[in-house]
Amino acid sequence: MTDDIRPLVELRGLAKHYGEGETRVDALKSIDLDLMPGQVIGLLGPSGSGKTTLLNLIGCIVEPSAGTMKLDGETVWDGRWRRSDLRALRLEKVGFIFQFHNLLPFLDVVDNIALVLDMAGVGREPAKQRAIELLEYLEVGHRRNAMPSQLSGGEAQRVAIARALANRPRIILADEPTAALDGQRAGIVMDLMRRVAVDQKAAVVVVTHDEKIYDRFDDIYSLRDGRIAET
Amino acid sequence: MNLALHDIRHNLGRFLLTSVGLGLLLGVVLSMIGIYRGLVSEALSLARSPAADLWVVETGTRGPFAEGSRIPGDTREAVARLSGVTATGSVTFQSFETEHRGRKLRLQVVGFEPGRLGGPSGLVEGRDVVRRHEVVADAKTGLTVGERIVLAGDPYTVVGLTRGAVSSGGDPIIWLTLRDSQVLQFRLSPAPARREAARGATTQTPDTVNAVLARVAASVPVDAVAAEARRWKHLSALTQADQETILTRSVVEKARQQIGLFTTVLLTVSTVIIALIIYTMTMDKLKEIATLKLIGAPDGRIVGLIVQQALALGILGFSIGATLIATIKDHFPRRVLMQPEDATALGVIVIVVCVVASGLGVRLALKVDPATALGS
Repeated sequence: MTDDIRPLVELRGLAKHYGEGETRVDALKSIDLDLMPGQVIGLLGPSGSGKTTLLNLIGCIVEPSAGTMKLDGETVWDGRWRRSDLRALRLEKVGFIFQFHNLLPFLDVVDNIALVLDMAGVGREPAKQRAIELLEYLEVGHRRNAMPSQLSGGEAQRVAIARALANRPRIILADEPTAALDGQRAGIVMDLMRRVAVDQKAAVVVVTHDEKIYDRFDDIYSLRDGRIAET
Repeated sequence: MNLALHDIRHNLGRFLLTSVGLGLLLGVVLSMIGIYRGLVSEALSLARSPAADLWVVETGTRGPFAEGSRIPGDTREAVARLSGVTATGSVTFQSFETEHRGRKLRLQVVGFEPGRLGGPSGLVEGRDVVRRHEVVADAKTGLTVGERIVLAGDPYTVVGLTRGAVSSGGDPIIWLTLRDSQVLQFRLSPAPARREAARGATTQTPDTVNAVLARVAASVPVDAVAAEARRWKHLSALTQADQETILTRSVVEKARQQIGLFTTVLLTVSTVIIALIIYTMTMDKLKEIATLKLIGAPDGRIVGLIVQQALALGILGFSIGATLIATIKDHFPRRVLMQPEDATALGVIVIVVCVVASGLGVRLALKVDPATALGS
């Protein structure tokens, strides 16, 4: 299977429960999901339906209880973690975009992005160069020296996207990325996600309640009671 | 990329303010250590000043500092004849209070025989006492060379100055001739003198001294000379080491313990405060730490952020405290002796405390769930 037709995320029978016995809560039940390069999907569902749990599982933040999971062709969970360096795995393969951008307030825009590259062992100058390229790509190059507190909501979210893309991850996970933005800016952010998915051949998973952006997804998965209820 | 440095720069005002607060606290710790050292140094300065090997005092006493001691003035000649003794001197010590230039002046008066042991050492100005009604005073008295001071009704001229010569009580020392000091110590005021004369008692100033100092040849054991002196039943002999032990273990022991205990309490309080500051600094960054973990930062990076900030805080706080005390130490009423080894030891303690105290913050940071960065 070539890289282009191999799923970037393969979930088979993935489940997650919390607690045991009477206190057991099944957050996710037997999820099967394939995400292809360039695909942008939306995860919908009411609170407690399992959206964030699924995002956490794909992001290797929590351990699944059952099933198997492959990221970018690499088995990462088959009843136990196949890799012990999950943070390194996240750094290499996964980019996160948050509802409130979560930029580090003590780093300027360029350093927020360069930090991810610095952690990956890229030198200071190439890291800065890459950060500036990304900022230009996302049309916020003029704000490169600003501190996060000086950015508007839309600018901050673009910088957060730039940070998520810094290491050229193949999987991008976004948690309510447009919740704090108005309709126009939400549309711009989703257009950017689409551009990234196409240009970098990445899979983008967006958890959202924002109806304004439903038409921007290739597929929408609606979760209910820990299962994919409809597609 | 040094995250600790970036975070400090971002919150520079708060960091500096915290460092100044910690610096003041560490300054107090350092000053307590300095006061402790100063107390010991002051206690020993009077005993060390004549550079004697042997102190011959009244039998059954540990004089002249811990207990009173009175021996005949001619004891010096007898001590001088002991084998191995190369120099001797009779001395008297007395606390004295007078008024000078409209203010009270507490003094430690030392009487000695010019040209013999017991006189001032390390003159910073003027000359030594050579005749009666002359004094050498420590600069702490505020006296100047050529100034006249009245002691017990007699005028004295200041002919020389020393620096840092004080008694164990912190009073500056003045030296005058043995004869003057005996007059100062034993001369009766007119009314009691008339009463003593009326009952037939002598009103002559007695030739009594508090101690006889002796210097012993390097080739002769001091203990052997001391043993020889003790053979005179009315005398006792203390070596310089005995005298210093008495001064530090008896005369200033309680003050020393008090300051030592207070310093320990201050260090403990400082440790707790440093730990709390670092813990609070970490608490303020929990969201950033969760984000860092989520985007793949290794633990070392997060631990580095906390420990480096803790060390920066400790080092800056210590530097502020040390600079402050070094600047104002001479304005304390008693000597504050800052020794490089004490400052170094406290610096090392502060660094260790910072590293240990940051353990609480590190523990907290390592427990942060990266998932909390999502949706917060």
